[in-house]
Amino acid sequence: MTIKQDQVYPDIDYRKFVEPIKSAVDKFQLVPEFLKVRGLVKQHLDSFNYFVNIDIKKIVRANDRVVPGAAPNLYLRFKDVRIGKPAIMMEDGSLLDLSPQICRLMDMTYTAPILVDIEYTNGSHDNYTVHKKADVLIGRMPVMLRSCCCVLFGKDEAELARLGECPLDPGGYFVIKGTEKVILIQEQLSKNRIIIDTDKKGNVIASVTSSTESTKSKTVIVMDKGKMYLQLNQFGKNIPIMVVLKAMGMESDQEVVQMIGRDPKYGSLLLPSIEESANLGIYTQPQALDYLEGKVKRLPFAHSSYGKEGRALSILRDVFLANVRVNKDNFRPKCIYVAVMMRRMMEAILNKDTMDDKDYVGNKRLELSGQLISLLFEDLFKTMLSEIQKHADNALSRYSRSSPFDFFKYIPKDLITVGLERSLSTGNWDVKRFRMHRKGMTQVLARLSFIGTLGHVTRVSPQFEKSRKVSGPRALQPSQWGMLCPCDTPEGESCGLVKNLALMTHVTTDEEEGPLISLCYCLGVEDLELLSAEELHTPSSFLIIFNGLILGKHRRPQRFANVMRKLRRAGKIGEFVSVFVNEKQRCVYIASDGGRVCRPLVVADKGVSRIKDYHMKELLDGVRTFDDFLREGLVEYLDVNEENNALIALYEADTTPETTHIEIEPLTILGVCAGLIPYPHHNQSPRNTYQCAMGKQAMGNIAYNQLLRMDTLLYLLVYPQRPLLTTRTIELIGYDKLGAGQNATVAVMSYSGYDIEDAIVMNKSSLDRGFGRCIVMKRYSAVNQKYANRTSDRILRPPRRDDRTGKGDYQDWEKMQILDDDGIAAPGEIIRPNDVYINKESPIMTKGSPMMSALKDSDYKPSRQTFKGTEGEASVVDRVTLCTDKNDNLSIKFMIRHTRRPEVGDKFSSRHGQKGVCGTIVQQEDFPFSERGICPDLIMNPHGFPSRMTVGKMIELLGSKAGVSCGRFHYGSAFGEPSGHADRVEAISETLVKHGFSYNGKDFLYSGISGCPLQAYIFMGPIYYQKLKHMVLDKMHARGNGPRAMMTRQPTEGRARNGGLRVGEMERDCLIAYGASMLIYERLMLSSDPFEVQVCRSCGLLGYYNHKLKAGVCSSCKTGDNISTMKLPYACKLLIQEMQSMNIVPRLKLADS
Amino acid sequence: MSDAESMMHGGFVSALDLPDVPSSKLPHHLDLRRTRVLCNSVAPDNTDTVQYSGAYASMGVDNSLRLDDFRNNFKVNVNRLTADEMEFDMVGVDPSLANAFRRILLAELPTMAIEKVFIANNTSVIQDEVLAHRLGLVPIIVDPRHFDYLSENDRPNEKNTIVFKLHVRCKKGDPRGTVKSDELRWLPKGSEFLKESGASASNTKAETYTSFNFSQDSMPEFSDNPIGVSPGIIVAKLAPGQEIELEAHAVKGIGKTHAKWSPVATCWYRMLPEVVLNEDIKGDMAEELVKKCPASVFDIEELANGKKRATVARPRACTLCRECVRDDEWERRISLCRVKDHFIFTIESVGALPPEVLFTEAVKILEDKCERVISDLS
Repeated sequence: MTIKQDQVYPDIDYRKFVEPIKSAVDKFQLVPEFLKVRGLVKQHLDSFNYFVNIDIKKIVRANDRVVPGAAPNLYLRFKDVRIGKPAIMMEDGSLLDLSPQICRLMDMTYTAPILVDIEYTNGSHDNYTVHKKADVLIGRMPVMLRSCCCVLFGKDEAELARLGECPLDPGGYFVIKGTEKVILIQEQLSKNRIIIDTDKKGNVIASVTSSTESTKSKTVIVMDKGKMYLQLNQFGKNIPIMVVLKAMGMESDQEVVQMIGRDPKYGSLLLPSIEESANLGIYTQPQALDYLEGKVKRLPFAHSSYGKEGRALSILRDVFLANVRVNKDNFRPKCIYVAVMMRRMMEAILNKDTMDDKDYVGNKRLELSGQLISLLFEDLFKTMLSEIQKHADNALSRYSRSSPFDFFKYIPKDLITVGLERSLSTGNWDVKRFRMHRKGMTQVLARLSFIGTLGHVTRVSPQFEKSRKVSGPRALQPSQWGMLCPCDTPEGESCGLVKNLALMTHVTTDEEEGPLISLCYCLGVEDLELLSAEELHTPSSFLIIFNGLILGKHRRPQRFANVMRKLRRAGKIGEFVSVFVNEKQRCVYIASDGGRVCRPLVVADKGVSRIKDYHMKELLDGVRTFDDFLREGLVEYLDVNEENNALIALYEADTTPETTHIEIEPLTILGVCAGLIPYPHHNQSPRNTYQCAMGKQAMGNIAYNQLLRMDTLLYLLVYPQRPLLTTRTIELIGYDKLGAGQNATVAVMSYSGYDIEDAIVMNKSSLDRGFGRCIVMKRYSAVNQKYANRTSDRILRPPRRDDRTGKGDYQDWEKMQILDDDGIAAPGEIIRPNDVYINKESPIMTKGSPMMSALKDSDYKPSRQTFKGTEGEASVVDRVTLCTDKNDNLSIKFMIRHTRRPEVGDKFSSRHGQKGVCGTIVQQEDFPFSERGICPDLIMNPHGFPSRMTVGKMIELLGSKAGVSCGRFHYGSAFGEPSGHADRVEAISETLVKHGFSYNGKDFLYSGISGCPLQAYIFMGPIYYQKLKHMVLDKMHARGNGPRAMMTRQPTEGRARNGGLRVGEMERDCLIAYGASMLIYERLMLSSDPFEVQVCRSCGLLGYYNHKLKAGVCSSCKTGDNISTMKLPYACKLLIQEMQSMNIVPRLKLADS
Repeated sequence: MSDAESMMHGGFVSALDLPDVPSSKLPHHLDLRRTRVLCNSVAPDNTDTVQYSGAYASMGVDNSLRLDDFRNNFKVNVNRLTADEMEFDMVGVDPSLANAFRRILLAELPTMAIEKVFIANNTSVIQDEVLAHRLGLVPIIVDPRHFDYLSENDRPNEKNTIVFKLHVRCKKGDPRGTVKSDELRWLPKGSEFLKESGASASNTKAETYTSFNFSQDSMPEFSDNPIGVSPGIIVAKLAPGQEIELEAHAVKGIGKTHAKWSPVATCWYRMLPEVVLNEDIKGDMAEELVKKCPASVFDIEELANGKKRATVARPRACTLCRECVRDDEWERRISLCRVKDHFIFTIESVGALPPEVLFTEAVKILEDKCERVISDLS
């Protein structure tokens, strides 16, 4: 008996039982776990580790042999290479273990020895002996901090503290000669990929930038007036593509048409090209090669080493599409590659949508420090080999053989060391082999604030010049999602070009290609060699393209892709291999190359997350790590291309059966700097961008070891706080431990008129109690120089007041009170402007032959160094360090500290891009106060809100207020409301009401001046305020009289030279328009450079004043008869004389006024 | 009465025919404006006071302030008094007067605070200036009335300077130590640091940074009551091997120059809250109202017939969160007011003087000021 189910239980929805059970698992914990495993700058570290562990060995293996030309049976072979422990050999032969902090303080380079195992033959004539030597030093490698060969690797907090290092410091930079250098991440267009684009004339082009170990080249196929041409540097002119194909052996036009596709629409596009080659009369390979031979650019030093095969063929083989290897002169892969390029061009002509986007992140590669150093190292290593070869040849050719030939002697020790160090310290990458001359690759690590440091190591610098006026590369790309921070970019010329990595971005490193290729073949890829031209574009199959190389075809591409992915999730192939099925191009792209950006995502099966509650519980209990998630295929890395095959749900609740992945946490689309902003998703977008730039200027703590460091300039806050309204990112990166700001109670109201234009009014009592107090430390250094003639500077005991009996000059004792008896300023002493901080004397004679006898006192001249600070401000000598520098001189560094309290004009900012200067400072009793006696620390004008639309700031105020009331830090993570990482305004309001505040955060305030209540409720609560490094004390400048430039006698320029303030052209125009001519006269001449000249009325030239005759004389007329005395600006007189010196005679014609 | 009615009906009545307005009594709505601040949900209203004596002359009401009235109406009522905190009601004064006391308490009452710090040794991480700044903010428990101001050309002596000494050291091997303000030792005999080779070598007695004529502990005020500082304040932290040795000189000053001389942590007043129910709120609405208020201002009164009615039980507890008038309909039912001449004044002393003394001192200063004005004017 059957009963209809509906009748039995009519009100139950049966579909519910079939549906997968959805339960939101809090996956946030994966983010800290990810960062714990990888650190904030994992891209740099991974890249450097890859270089040190794998790449360097590959390089050495590829160039492992030196065989002198003269004696082919002698050889030197490098068997292995490794990077040792960072240590340096002292003069006495002992090893000094280097730590980064030692290097910073002693201006040394943090390097580790590059050690090789060598095998070489020695001896003469026929009795060769094979020697082996292990651990031979060939140079020193600058070591990236926290990389696997750094001493800090794997150290815990206590061990780091012992090494003088900050546990929160991300590493990822180098210490070169005491300065910290970052190699910026370089953004480039993909190598070895076909990019379809248009050129300046609007022609469709297909370009490939090939890059192999030996060559780099750019191949362009362009569609010009309906015909296709090849553009290659080595050929002077555009070459018809059909000629190229014929030169590579594709003599049959039919085969070419087949290869491109027999669809008539392609045929008609190809026809003009075919006709052209026919018109040229080129039908066979030799004809084509001959034609090409005629087009090869003749180099000035043409040598005919190519022999019979000719240059054209070798160019086609080695330069043209260099990434497609030619095996035994089999050009077929290259032909197919060209055919694919042409077909894609034609598709692009027929359908503009198939054009590639150069700005698409999937078409970009990020070049990291490891790759860049490896380029440099490879070049230097090769140079070293040729150097050895040269020396060996030299030695063997002399053939005196008084001593047996010894390879070991010819290994240069510092070629690599010096080369690496120079490139890293100047930032110039010159690799001659690839014609690479790049500048500004390294920068001094910004140590102004902790956030600035983090922002600097995650910065991505662009490939384009900044001057280009195209908007495309600057625009926000949708494919940046989760990879590059959408907020963090500078304003101005490099806006949108310089980017920053997002929180969870990973940049891949190269992966071995061989096994993957053979795996592809095993999985059913039909080899290209076995395919006929016709089969290339059969509709039922997809091309398989591996790292830009066409492997072959597959009949079931989706299945192939799924199998590859399954293997990846199972850990059988690398986790960063990307598999991307491009339905439009009918291709499967597999990529394992380095430099792709990717990010982890949670895998979902038919919309059900693979991560379950118990997984997260195990993670929290510490039995599971992020790598376990990866290994079990719960989480995987997707690169930008593969993201196109995925349907990614933001939250587990939003999943549908089609969903393949779920985001771990939406807040990770932002980078480090934007992660500080509370409620950034409530702000107008440019405000977040402004804050990203300003967070780097905020004063606070720099690192735990900030007081041990000797930075040139250090800004510290005396009482830094952690923000009351935090975000998850803040906790992840440790901003709560190294804050750069203070929680100020802010009243949003108008007060006193000194708050217009974003100025803020500050409470004097708050300043008295330490709000906004900062310490500025500046480094001064002195070197006790040694000279060529064996003399050296000396540092003397300073004269004292009671020294009058002594013979030394004691008159300067007042300026030297702060000096210790060793002649160096003592730490803790108060130093005022013009005080001497080192009483140094230099010998008068520093050149010439070595001085034998001891120098007398009279042979020295004082070269004291005096402190130049702001007049009336007292600073303190904080620390003095003495060390030897690289030239073995005594170098003395002073840190001079100045504590400042905020003053009118100092710049402050909240975390929402709302900067403002302090407009006035008001006594506390004049400040308004609330019913509970709360008095704000600063008052902000409400006009800052409507146009800026920083709603996030208002929510921050509410949240902080609720936070202080209930004693819990509130959260404001980006997009955090649904996942509970940001408190909702409703909940905050409830908390406020519970503690007796109004739900809207507005308080009833009494005026401090009249004592009456204010006529409005005032929005008041704590907001995290940053003090920015721009302070009036460093900027204010005025002058009355002062120094003048020597040549023009006009006042000097600039604050540093105590210069004058210029009345410029526009100011001058105003004065002319107003008619204040005497003011112009006074400003431009009398107060600047007046000069009395004698002008000869007859010849119009300048004469001179003869003091004996007491009259002016004209030197060209030789008389003093027609001389007039007048005033000119000295600059004018100078101009006249300079013109005279160039054979121009300016004559002054004087007239009576 | 009938005239008034005819007025209401729009009839024209000569001003001469109007009945005499009862003198010294304002109509209710004007009196409300004069004496209450209305705290509407949007913004407070009538926040100002009416100063002009003839403001209500047309009503026949004299608005001038009379001394007798003030004497009769002025009341002070202490609600709470502990060693360092006091809350009292001050009734019958103008806000300006209450504010004057507040301002004087904050900024013009003198106390002693550390002004000069002579650091002999400081190897701790905390910088000298910061350490000095922190010490300056430590309250000194001493009656400032026993001391004089130190003027520019004065030498520091026992009448204007209190000297403290701080010498702490964290021995090597000890755990990290915290220096608290308790470690400051009073030096009644003045500074112990010798001045570096003074001008005249003839002076046999080595000169110190103070010139005390006699020890401060011989003064009767301090003989059995040594001067101390507020205890338990963290001044610095020391790692093993670090040491701080310094001398701190406290002088008299006022809060206007620097907040460290302010005798109060804070000092403020609020006007007496008054909550008026404009209509009877009964039953569920009453329950709702009681639940709404986080400060539990309202209570429920059981009526005879088992019904409930809301009452204003604790108007003083009102923090003006305006939760009860958040909805428009409720704003009609409840008026939140503040009484303009009734101040709940709170003084939080930092400890130098008890709060009640602080207030009387403030009154004295205001008195002085008034006298100065009078003498300057005459």
